[in-house]
Amino acid sequence: MVGVVIVSHSAKAAEGIREIAAQMSQAGQKILVAGGTQDGGIGTDAMKIAEAIREADDGDGVAVMVDLGSAIFSTETALEFLEEALLPRVQIVDAPVLEGTVSAVVQASLGGKLDEVVASAEEARDLRKK
Amino acid sequence: MSKQAIEAIVAMGEAVIQNKELLTDLDAAIGDADHGINMARGFAAVIDKVGGLSPETDIGTVLKTVAMTLISTVGGASGPLYGTAFLRAATAGQGKQTIDGASAVAMLKAAIDGIQSRGKAVQGEKTMLDALEPALAAFEKSVTAGKSLIESLDQACLAAKAGAESTKTIVATKGRARYLGERSLGHEDPGAVSSCILLQAVTDYCRKQQGTV
Repeated sequence: MVGVVIVSHSAKAAEGIREIAAQMSQAGQKILVAGGTQDGGIGTDAMKIAEAIREADDGDGVAVMVDLGSAIFSTETALEFLEEALLPRVQIVDAPVLEGTVSAVVQASLGGKLDEVVASAEEARDLRKK
Repeated sequence: MSKQAIEAIVAMGEAVIQNKELLTDLDAAIGDADHGINMARGFAAVIDKVGGLSPETDIGTVLKTVAMTLISTVGGASGPLYGTAFLRAATAGQGKQTIDGASAVAMLKAAIDGIQSRGKAVQGEKTMLDALEPALAAFEKSVTAGKSLIESLDQACLAAKAGAESTKTIVATKGRARYLGERSLGHEDPGAVSSCILLQAVTDYCRKQQGTV
């Protein structure tokens, strides 16, 4: 199954999002978090993100969810440190982090391929609340 | 010369740490008030890490050490941005034990290209590039004209400062400052200021090495 990584400036936020999404997941679904800095502060850490991406991959690839701007910078930096063979199987998702993660996990748990998981998650951009 | 590269980096780090409050205040005005704190934390870790390197380490490896440390300790956008800058400069400085004017220009250019591709900003958008791009132009012009390293660095610093000052007139569209829109006018971009601080620290170090004040 496609693995999902949640990148957030906050470890608590990433974990909270993981908990919510896990309710929608099937057994064996990997949902990893990479939130906050090494010392538990607010921020992102490319090495932590790279590690989470490696752990989340079981061969089917990884969809990476990101919160604010610099989470994207850190994630793109993380990609530079990944093994060449893994790189084509990793995609950053352009979607709101919480809603996108839920969509991604649902699709991944259904056995969706990486492109399908990413597309489904990116539809979360259009979710209206009013 | 790696010993001097290491000392220059320590000087950069100390300058950032000294200016921690200034950078934090600038970032409090138009951001999330953590630029100084983040940069100080990152460069404190850098000083620690490079301090453990042997003087025989090539410059590329020294710069890569700076990059990796910043990437994983700064936390905010400056981590991946400055980290990528030092990473690209490291590639340009690979295997070198000494750096001449042309190499320095190449390394600064590589660093700036890295920041541009990582941050997807260009000059004029109220970012660190507004200090660094003019600095590179001035530095390259001076080096090409055959001026001394110190003179060229002085020109770079002047251009960087003018560039940072000019960010006051720009409405932010990048980074957290963009959430403030028009209210970001009149405020200097913190990243442009930290770039000035780093350049000035390298210049001051080189000047001290030459024995002139």
